[in-house]
Amino acid sequence: MSDFVMPSLGADMEAGTLLDWYVKPGDAVKRGDIVALVDTSKAEIEVEIFEDGVIDELVVPVGVRVPVGTVLATLRPAGAEVPAAAGAPVQAAITTRAPAAITTATPTPAAVAVAQPPAPLPPPSPPSAPPTPSAPGTIPAAAGANHRLRVSPLARRVAEQLGVDLSTITGSGPNGAITRADVEGGPATAVRTAQPTVGPSPPPEPVDRHAAMRTAIGALMARSKREIPHYYLQQEIDMSRAIDWLRETNLQLPITDRLLPSALLLSAVGRAVVEMPEMNGFWIDGAFSPGSGVHLGVAISLRGGGLIAPALHDADRMSLAEIMAGVRDLVQRARAGRLRSSEMSDPTLTVTNLGEHGVDLVHGVIYPPQVALVGFGAVRERPWAAGGMLGVRPTVVATLSADHRAGDGHTGSRFLTVIDRQLQKPETL
Amino acid sequence: MSVAPAKTITYREAMREAIREAMVADPRVFLMGEDVGAYGGCFGVSKGLLDEFGPERIRDTPLSESAFVGAGIGAAMGGMRPIVEVMTVNFCLLALDQIMNNAATITHMSGGQFAIPVVIRMTTGAGRQVAAQHSHSLEGWLAHIPGLKLLAPATLADARGMLAPALADPNPVLIFEHGSLYNLEGELPPDAGAVDIEQAAIRRPGADVTLIAYGGTVPTALAAADELAAGGIEAEVVDLRVLRPLDDATIIASVARTHRAVVVDEGWRSGSLAAEVSARIMEQAFYELDAPVARVCSAEVPMPYPRHLEQAALPQPTAVVGAVRSLIGAAADE
Repeated sequence: MSDFVMPSLGADMEAGTLLDWYVKPGDAVKRGDIVALVDTSKAEIEVEIFEDGVIDELVVPVGVRVPVGTVLATLRPAGAEVPAAAGAPVQAAITTRAPAAITTATPTPAAVAVAQPPAPLPPPSPPSAPPTPSAPGTIPAAAGANHRLRVSPLARRVAEQLGVDLSTITGSGPNGAITRADVEGGPATAVRTAQPTVGPSPPPEPVDRHAAMRTAIGALMARSKREIPHYYLQQEIDMSRAIDWLRETNLQLPITDRLLPSALLLSAVGRAVVEMPEMNGFWIDGAFSPGSGVHLGVAISLRGGGLIAPALHDADRMSLAEIMAGVRDLVQRARAGRLRSSEMSDPTLTVTNLGEHGVDLVHGVIYPPQVALVGFGAVRERPWAAGGMLGVRPTVVATLSADHRAGDGHTGSRFLTVIDRQLQKPETL
Repeated sequence: MSVAPAKTITYREAMREAIREAMVADPRVFLMGEDVGAYGGCFGVSKGLLDEFGPERIRDTPLSESAFVGAGIGAAMGGMRPIVEVMTVNFCLLALDQIMNNAATITHMSGGQFAIPVVIRMTTGAGRQVAAQHSHSLEGWLAHIPGLKLLAPATLADARGMLAPALADPNPVLIFEHGSLYNLEGELPPDAGAVDIEQAAIRRPGADVTLIAYGGTVPTALAAADELAAGGIEAEVVDLRVLRPLDDATIIASVARTHRAVVVDEGWRSGSLAAEVSARIMEQAFYELDAPVARVCSAEVPMPYPRHLEQAALPQPTAVVGAVRSLIGAAADE
């Protein structure tokens, strides 16, 4: 028997609302099947299961918001005997399972995100931290609606000034209220002990997704700027070869299959990362942990505002046509709110391309716990000096925001140089 | 110029010195009240003054608070500077009509033609086993009334120094002397003189919490602060001194430093001065607060006669310490 838990669909996710089950007890599932639909504050995500087996019990009913790490369902090996409890109504299951769900949810959302770095096959096992007993006799309040952080006015003010995400803080004040000292102690020292809530609850209130997303982005970006010592590099890259090649190539292709410069840029980054694996991965617990695979996070702005950066899996091994198709698919599904859990948790390096908006360059904010972010501005004709002559060539300014804990400017500048080199031989992309 | 040595004096004697000085300084000043003459005052404050100043200026009155408080108000309107002693704040209720409808209003209703420079002294508070008709702290009721100034001397210097500015004030001034303070003894320079009657005072500086007290609860707060200090919590003790108009600036400045406040008030909690102070902190220093404002007040019962019940009903240092610890939370459990 194993547990299927609420996955961390990005470092900014602390909890998710189960919107739908696509399976029922007794259904056989295999690795990669989409079994549930989960609403993070950013989007509705189709969640895959990473183990073969038979659904034994659906622990969390539809409409309930639970923290990352909470057991959503249990899975038994195919062919195993059906326990007596199987088939019991979900409501009953909740009653008996809820405390267990809470204890396994004890690791902080941040810790879960950190302890389970996005990998091609995220471990389906429950978090390895020992269960922390819940306070005896405390019945978690119904999820969502009546959960409000206890924060002193002063602490709230100081947190705002310092850009601290209060949800990451443990209160030491009266009845667990967060005080100024807790805020100033910061999330690094605080351990979140507030028990997340689980249990039957009325249908979730309509979410102001735009506001929720702004909050989530704000919290994550504030964390990034607070924790990650960014350094920034920029390099103007001559795109004349790449653009010429693209024009020639596109002449041979039907209009629907034509390639865009952005595909070249993504491909160049993907191949550069293979040479420079130190840019591809995560900073976890004071050490660099390389990503297994090159899964480029593609920053996609959503209609009505907001941003999401799902993974383009194995971008280093994709052809340009595959990249075009992959990005198009991601954009469509991101805007329709139908991304998959692996796409949310897997990115190893994020690429942001603001060129279509006409900006020259972008100094991005790293998406924790990744160690770098590559930005591209517009490809446009600019004056270019070469061989003692001033000419006009299409160029792009590539920027790198990188975590100084994981590497130095020297590494970063080599990375940009490698990207440049890739773009000078577009036929190999 | 030689500095005279400080002399040991009690709160009672300091009050008496203040009255004597006022009598000597201004022939318009006189004292009247129940048993203030031959008996020397119910609490012995005026002992000896009859011999010194004679029955014209140290006047025993009938047992009619309404009559003699009213007479005092009338004398003040007529140009005198009366000091009226009311035995306890409970008894002043008999004169509440005079205090509220005359003393507090005549300046206003006469378009400023009449000042009411009367001083009404009264004993307040419990702790002496005189039960439910002589022990209450009703300062909060009187502090409700615009047109009055209310003083609560809690130290020898204030007992000695508040009367002169009170008499000089054109408004009616009520002075509340907590019965438990009369035997307070300490050193006071012989040249100790008038003090301000505008501001609250910080009796003990501290960084972690503000204890706001007045009159009889100032020693309570100071005792609590000592106990807290032993546990590593530095409490700042603010003595309100002036109950109306409240010195918001001192209170708010202290809370802005400590971010926590406990109001210690011997009045009943409901509708108390503590409630007023607490509300002002919330209004003016909400974003400075790291914990809710707490109050330690008297139990909402008629003051009991048996000593153990009376003590149980009153704000005690241990209760103040407990309130502070609850505000500081887990940090206090280290």
